[in-house]
Amino acid sequence: MYNYSEFDETFVRARVAEFRGQVERRISGALTEEEFKPLRLKNGLYLQLHAYMLRVAIPYGTLNSRQMRQLAMIADRWDKGYGHFTTRQNVQFNWPGLGDVPDILDALADVSMHAIQTSGNCIRNVTADHFAGAASDECEDPRPTAELLRQWSTDHPEFQYLPRKFKIAVTGSRADRAVTRAHDIGLRLITSEEEETGYQVLVGGGLGRTPMIAKIIRPFLPRQHLLPYIEAILRVYNLSGRRDNKYKARIKILVHETGLDELRSRIEAEFERRLADFAGVDQGVVAAIEEAFAAPAFVARPNNRHLDRLDADSNYREWVRTSLARHKRPDYGIVTVSLKRVGGTPGDATSVQMTALADLAEKYSHDELRVSHEQNIILPHVSRADIPAVYDGLRAAGLASANVGLISDIIACPGMDYCALATARSIPVAQDIARRFDELGLEKEIGPMKIKISGCINACGHHHVGHIGILGLDRAGVENYQITLGGDATDKAAIGRRAGPGFSAEALLPALERLVDRYLVERQDGSESFIDCYRRVGEAPFKSALYPGATQRRTRFRRRKRA
Amino acid sequence: MNSIIVRDDGFHEDELSEAVFTSLETLKTGVEVPVYLHLENDEDPACLPLYFCWLRLIRIPFPDFADGRGFSLASAIRRLGYQGCLRARGHLIADQYRQARQSGFDEVEIGKGLAARQPERQWLVQLANNPGSYQDRLFGKRPVPAAPKSGHLRPELSPSSAGMPTV
Ligand code: SF4
Repeated sequence: MYNYSEFDETFVRARVAEFRGQVERRISGALTEEEFKPLRLKNGLYLQLHAYMLRVAIPYGTLNSRQMRQLAMIADRWDKGYGHFTTRQNVQFNWPGLGDVPDILDALADVSMHAIQTSGNCIRNVTADHFAGAASDECEDPRPTAELLRQWSTDHPEFQYLPRKFKIAVTGSRADRAVTRAHDIGLRLITSEEEETGYQVLVGGGLGRTPMIAKIIRPFLPRQHLLPYIEAILRVYNLSGRRDNKYKARIKILVHETGLDELRSRIEAEFERRLADFAGVDQGVVAAIEEAFAAPAFVARPNNRHLDRLDADSNYREWVRTSLARHKRPDYGIVTVSLKRVGGTPGDATSVQMTALADLAEKYSHDELRVSHEQNIILPHVSRADIPAVYDGLRAAGLASANVGLISDIIACPGMDYCALATARSIPVAQDIARRFDELGLEKEIGPMKIKISGCINACGHHHVGHIGILGLDRAGVENYQITLGGDATDKAAIGRRAGPGFSAEALLPALERLVDRYLVERQDGSESFIDCYRRVGEAPFKSALYPGATQRRTRFRRRKRA
Repeated sequence: MNSIIVRDDGFHEDELSEAVFTSLETLKTGVEVPVYLHLENDEDPACLPLYFCWLRLIRIPFPDFADGRGFSLASAIRRLGYQGCLRARGHLIADQYRQARQSGFDEVEIGKGLAARQPERQWLVQLANNPGSYQDRLFGKRPVPAAPKSGHLRPELSPSSAGMPTV
């Protein structure tokens, strides 16, 4: 785990002091609200529908137990006793008072955390594979890269006022759990034919109004050239990204309008110039980062307790089936803790749950926790011998839902319940869906399924890459939900296609039921997942399930015409 | 005099308030005497090295404090090797002073209204509280020397008093 260097500590404290001053100057009127806005945004403070919201960075989604306990403390002391984990590996507090925020930031600094650049038109919190350092399919831990980028991008004087926000994700695995192809820059650690490790660099991905899958701008970038190259991309973007329309300001639009080849040559030219006075990155800093992410001291232990429990306890078996992923060591496992209790708010955890998670991580996961972009918590290094104990601990904290990857493991943005931009509710929709399929007892039967819900066109709920995506809109004052099908956030990344006209809030659930029923009929057998089935049979059967009247109406019309 | 110049030692009157600035287009047609250049923030600085010895100062506008092109432009011009004075002009706020300096600017020209609302102290504190930057830590201090502190801007050398012609 990376712990703050003396420099980090000094820097973050100075930032808190600076923000304290800015809050005072806002209150005194020296700063207008318009001028204060980008300053508070750079410190993670949003103005929401009902109150301020503070977004705290969890760099590359990694935390230790001390940090998790501090989040619990903050939730209790300055908020309403809970926090919300987001799709960007951040945690949000929904009810802080403006005057308390500098104190909260100080409390975060006490445990090497901050809220710097979690919003605003700058380089945001860098995200990484939530199984980093543990995954069995990993070529290299992406977190040293992410930490290097965190340091480089923090308060970068040149890139604080970009045309728009800028998101970078890093993965070291083939399975793209970091969704690199939906980011402004995606980095994939790869090994060249000469056995050299470097990056495949992708650019121009993003969801939002105009969803686009990132394109490869550099098939192989030697590791030591990472920062100059990223800097070149950012400089070209800062100088030529559109500023006349905020919906066209992301780099994906620049890629689209300029053309990948032209943009590549501009970036390469800038990169060449940058290399001319680049003497390499300070090796002391690099070594300290690498050392911080050295693998923990794994211990081999017999796992009969786990095996016995598997035989004896069907609930345990069920939970293990959904929640346990393969670790790079066969005697260890990666546990995903679902924050999607049926009927709860996706991604919310109470302070009591956070403390329980911290305790379990300290005891059984080499003191490490992760936040996934799917709004779940990961215990990345659990010895198989300890899995029964972890399960019992989670059950006691109400955190043992066996639904990871299933239909009720829904990503939902805050929507109308919190967000000022929302055009529809999102959380209650997720709750209804989870409840309904739970009642039907179909969840297990349906198997792997990703439903993602956004409360407006900005797509924070990533609906474009949901197997079933749901987008809540406002049609003349009434909520209307559009369904997209066939999206995929993995290495087979795809943008879902709109199925047809939207549904009212009441009609949505029955429509989804018809959709799922049709899948159960169409699939070859229980092993064919929804998305595989969709890819095989195409959208037609699912469309006709969603709009059963549509074909009838058309027939009726034809008949009338003939008559 | 409608402008205030912010430098590391505080607020100053604008010695160049009477000076005539040359556009990039004019510069490219050729100059015979050193000039003050006004570079729009969407202009390409790549050709500038040809003219460096003719430039007494480069001024880059900030139409809006949220428009950060000027920062990249300044940085790019420094990387091209320019060692003279770089001035940011327009809507920058005190909280951006450090970024302006770190990106390569020597000074900032602001309106008197803004200067009244955000007095000297609020600008200077930006440097006083400077914990150092991550970028310096990663790359070592930038090899860009600061411009000779406004030496060529002293009133007795200023073009207005010297009756400096423009091209
Ligand atoms: S998708 Fe829209 S409603 Fe949901 S959080 Fe983002 S901006 Fe708010």
